[in-house]
Amino acid sequence: MEHLTTAGRPVKKKKSLKQVLNQENVAGLICTLPFSLGFFLFLIVPMLISAYYSMCDFDILSPPKWIGFANYVKIFTNDPKFVKSIGVTFYFAFVSVPLRLIFALAVAMVLKRSTKLTPFYRAAYYLPSIIGGSVAVAILWKRMFAINGTVNMLLKSIGINSSFAWLGNTGTAIWTLIILAVWQFGSSMLIFLASLKQIPAGLYEAAHVDGASRTAQFFKITLPLLTPTIFFNLVMQMINGFLAFTQCYIITQGKPLNSTLFYVVYMYQQSFEFYNTGYASAMAWVMLVLIGLFTAFLFLTKKLWVYDGGY
Amino acid sequence: MGDISMKRKIIVNRAVYHILVFGLGILMVYPLLWMFFSSLKPTNTIFTTAQQLIPSQWTLENYRNGWRGFGKYGFDIFFRNSLFISLTATLGTVLSSAIVAYGFARMQFFGRRVLFGAMLASLMLPAQVLMIPQYLWYQTLGWVGSYLPLIVPYYFAIQGFFVFLMVNFIGGLPRELDEAAKIDGCSIYGIFTHIILPLMVPVLITGMIFSFIWRWDDFLSALLYVKSSDKYPVSLALKLFSDPGSSSDYGAMFAMSSLSILPVMLIFIFLQKYLVEGISTSGLKG
Repeated sequence: MEHLTTAGRPVKKKKSLKQVLNQENVAGLICTLPFSLGFFLFLIVPMLISAYYSMCDFDILSPPKWIGFANYVKIFTNDPKFVKSIGVTFYFAFVSVPLRLIFALAVAMVLKRSTKLTPFYRAAYYLPSIIGGSVAVAILWKRMFAINGTVNMLLKSIGINSSFAWLGNTGTAIWTLIILAVWQFGSSMLIFLASLKQIPAGLYEAAHVDGASRTAQFFKITLPLLTPTIFFNLVMQMINGFLAFTQCYIITQGKPLNSTLFYVVYMYQQSFEFYNTGYASAMAWVMLVLIGLFTAFLFLTKKLWVYDGGY
Repeated sequence: MGDISMKRKIIVNRAVYHILVFGLGILMVYPLLWMFFSSLKPTNTIFTTAQQLIPSQWTLENYRNGWRGFGKYGFDIFFRNSLFISLTATLGTVLSSAIVAYGFARMQFFGRRVLFGAMLASLMLPAQVLMIPQYLWYQTLGWVGSYLPLIVPYYFAIQGFFVFLMVNFIGGLPRELDEAAKIDGCSIYGIFTHIILPLMVPVLITGMIFSFIWRWDDFLSALLYVKSSDKYPVSLALKLFSDPGSSSDYGAMFAMSSLSILPVMLIFIFLQKYLVEGISTSGLKG
């Protein structure tokens, strides 16, 4: 039988391993294998593990005890600090991100005009966002707004005798963090500058011929054509705003009276200071879902205000 | 006459423009200048002369004091640790992201869409939301207390930013190059190592710069995973150095803070072109 078949029709030549590996279908999977593995090992697996621990009473040291949804129930019904931290975090994100984007756009409009000094200006405005996330800047900020710090000393030198505790007051402490975030508008500014350059000059010339004022040109041409950029940056920066950690952890530690208690800082405290790691795992999942919902919501509003046609 | 007043108006306009933009620029960098110059003042005069930028008495004492660090370990050790972590993690990020980006940019394969979606999702998932889950996982693996969590994951292209950046870059390279190499008998992998990778040098540099800066500044994972003080990177050492109780020597604190941002400053000064390019072309925040 075997003989017959081999003799009857040509046998499909078996591909060598080398040839198999060189097929696009296989090679694509191989090239992207590091990511597939990494995504599974460092994202999916940790998330699944934490989903399990979020159903447990767990303090890292002793074995986990299954308690079902109790952590989630407690988060939503019996944790005033959770409610507080959500409020603080949203306030921070909803104030600092739009402010930063508005600043970035305004400065980009100003720097669009090209002069000999423009590269220098651009560098000066961009610098803070390159180093603003560092521990060094956080330490500096803490000293700047201390009672005997730079800000009060500068105020004194212009005749205002201030010994105001910027970081010790519930009304102002959050604003030191907001200012720090807005100060880092440089990279958004660069993105806006790049998008501004792509808007064809012909549009402005046509508008000028039609007698449109500068303001009208901004609102009718520039702004609509920038909405895709604005949208994308809004989404990314809101997510990052919700998850701000380092600067708050170093500068205020959530004080005073939890008025700067960012969500991630609270989550960190629950896990590594109060050893409620099961509870903190549940908090991580709640945040993930909240961010997912918020992002989905932003995408739903997209067609209402984001221009997606050509130029 | 009209011509002259017109000219004058333009000059005044320009002057006002430059004064405003220059003034705001100074305001932006003032905190950093203040920190740097304060580190050169005698430590007990820093806050009594805080309103004065330029020191009236210059000293390097703060750098000498700060460099000694705390306990048995000086900042020379912390800097070495930071350099080691940042460089090894950066190498992993850039290499793994390059090959993954090549796969996404040049090949059609089963599961491509799902994987690409996962990559975009990872782009939007900052480290903080994974902080507790990853900690639990590394705890299970026995990695806590070592550098492994700070280095190994980066060899798996887990930062969507870099993959995304490089996919865009490879997308801009002409496919004819691949075709020609293929006809010459080059395998798919040969095309990557011989054709694509050499052409990717600019985007690799951009990637390295961003990765290095982010790893250098990374505080969260050091806080979570580094337990012994001989292994502290600069970011963590600086935080503990500045904690009340351990030091109220503000001069030394500012001196070490200034030194800690020096590598990033040097990159900023000499390689700004690549930074700007990375941000502008990806459209992503850096």
